[in-house]
Amino acid sequence: MEECKMRLEDKLYLNGYKIDEIGGSHLHIKDPDVCKTCELKQCLYICACKVYELDENTDKIVINYDACVECGTCRIACDNIDWKYPRGGFGIAYKFG
Amino acid sequence: MSNKLRYDVIVVGAGPAGLAAATVLAKSGVKVIVIERGRFPGAKNVMGGVFYTDCMKGIVDEFPGKAPVERHVIEERMWLLDDNSHVGITHKNEMFNKEPHNCYTVFRAKLDKWFAGEAEKAGALIINNTVVLEPIVENNKVIGVKTDRPQGDIYANVVIAADGVNSLLSKSLGLRKELKSKDVAIAAKEVIGLNEDIINERFNVKGSEGVTIEITGSFFPGETMGFIYTNKKSVSLGVGMILEDVINSKMNANDLLESMKQHPSIAPLIAGGQTKEFLVHLIPEGGYKEMPKLVMDGFMVVGDAAMMVNSIHREGSNLAITSGRYAAETYLEAAKINDFSENVLKKYIHKLNNSFVIKDLKKYKNLPDLLQKDKRLLQKYPRLLNQAAFELLTVNGIPKKEKEKMIWKTAKKEIGISNMIKDLIKIWRSVK
Ligand SMILES: Cc1cc2nc3c(=O)[nH]c(=O)nc-3n(C[C@H](O)[C@H](O)[C@H](O)COP(=O)(O)OP(=O)(O)OC[C@H]3O[C@@H](n4cnc5c(N)ncnc54)[C@H](O)[C@@H]3O)c2cc1C
Repeated sequence: MEECKMRLEDKLYLNGYKIDEIGGSHLHIKDPDVCKTCELKQCLYICACKVYELDENTDKIVINYDACVECGTCRIACDNIDWKYPRGGFGIAYKFG
Repeated sequence: MSNKLRYDVIVVGAGPAGLAAATVLAKSGVKVIVIERGRFPGAKNVMGGVFYTDCMKGIVDEFPGKAPVERHVIEERMWLLDDNSHVGITHKNEMFNKEPHNCYTVFRAKLDKWFAGEAEKAGALIINNTVVLEPIVENNKVIGVKTDRPQGDIYANVVIAADGVNSLLSKSLGLRKELKSKDVAIAAKEVIGLNEDIINERFNVKGSEGVTIEITGSFFPGETMGFIYTNKKSVSLGVGMILEDVINSKMNANDLLESMKQHPSIAPLIAGGQTKEFLVHLIPEGGYKEMPKLVMDGFMVVGDAAMMVNSIHREGSNLAITSGRYAAETYLEAAKINDFSENVLKKYIHKLNNSFVIKDLKKYKNLPDLLQKDKRLLQKYPRLLNQAAFELLTVNGIPKKEKEKMIWKTAKKEIGISNMIKDLIKIWRSVK
């Protein structure tokens, strides 16, 4: 059955985003050193949109803010994330909701 | 002072709570501005979603009228899901075909946009594309908000926080602590396009009749609620799990959604469908015990921002709308004596206390703790029920009496008689 699963990338592609190219990411890691000693690294799996990824080369967390739907899960699950709303009008705009 | 941007009331957030407040205020001639961070009202908003007619009384005449609703619900199913099976109960009633319909399936991006139009018709000003950054406070009284627009400070007698589950506004004022991972569910949903006739056939309905299915049980790794709702030409399929369980099980909402789509009881209902949108949103599930402080000088909190969700009954938008209406009515009373202090705005709490909003939230106040602490309830019992049903329905020469004995033996082994009695008492106590 595995092969019938829809890929997350394909799902996110369906959504309407307006990316803030000028303002950049609305999400930031407060202190990257904290991540290095974080054992759970829950940011890597709790996010339904896989916004957080580990860069194997640098061992740093990379933030794909353009996939974020602004739900707030990571904000509650980790206090090392500086979480803001995107600037007004940017980010996700659902068609159905 | 004179060129300050000033309104009577600022509403933060154009969801159902904020729009209900704004409509009631504008109808009474109050100068009200609604500030919304999305490109349009509804752009950021998600629900299952079943929308109840009754809460619109006194806010929008003759709902739904021209409102964008999908199907009116005439049948509700409740499933306890195990790995390859489910046990369920169903209520279908011809009375649900009578108008006014009890409830409709809706899309929030469409409904909120329509509702905002109604608020505008009543005289409210809706400003999109604008984030409220923080409240402006003077002598412990909220007197306005700062926005991310240039020269974006706006002043008012009262600010109504209708900014949803994350409510950074009420948090920044210290009315509540940070949300805890046991008090929110993270839900993912897909809108799956299907031909209208296929939906009618698969769900055994006609015309604009609709069906809802609520799903929980041992198929899921934690405290989980799934749903399938019929729209005109699509079904909404979603699932939410308490964040603490997501952290512990390492299965996120999208993982859950994908595995749910493969379940043999569910897959045939969506077969051949085309996913049209993928949505993720938090649901505040802490209940009555985790509600924030609701008023302070010049400030009231409404809807999800105030934890007003009755999750066991799938009600949230109606609590949001009712609380928005009460906040507006409280403002009207306060304006008569020109006193917007906490002491006067407290009337908002009295109104809530006397209504179904607080009465229902109070009734279930122990349920969130119970379900979170006692994994048996949503895991072991559903599994046992599925096993029992299978055993009793399988005809294989074993006498029924012996089958019952086997079921009892499993129940005793898996849960134990004294635990079962304790659970019954606990459940009864939490919902009485
Ligand atoms: C998956 C799911 C299924 C659900 N199913 C149902 C259901 O079937 N029936 C039901 O009745 N309820 C359901 N609910 C609950 C229901 O959606 C909520 O209770 C309801 O939306 C609350 O309304 P609200 O106006 O308080 O908040 P919201 O609808 O969240 O509105 C908040 C608004 O404020 C805006 N905002 C937030 N912060 C700012 C800021 N700083 N500046 C400017 N704007 C801001 C947001 O963009 C948003 O428009 C469901 C929820 C989810 C997530």
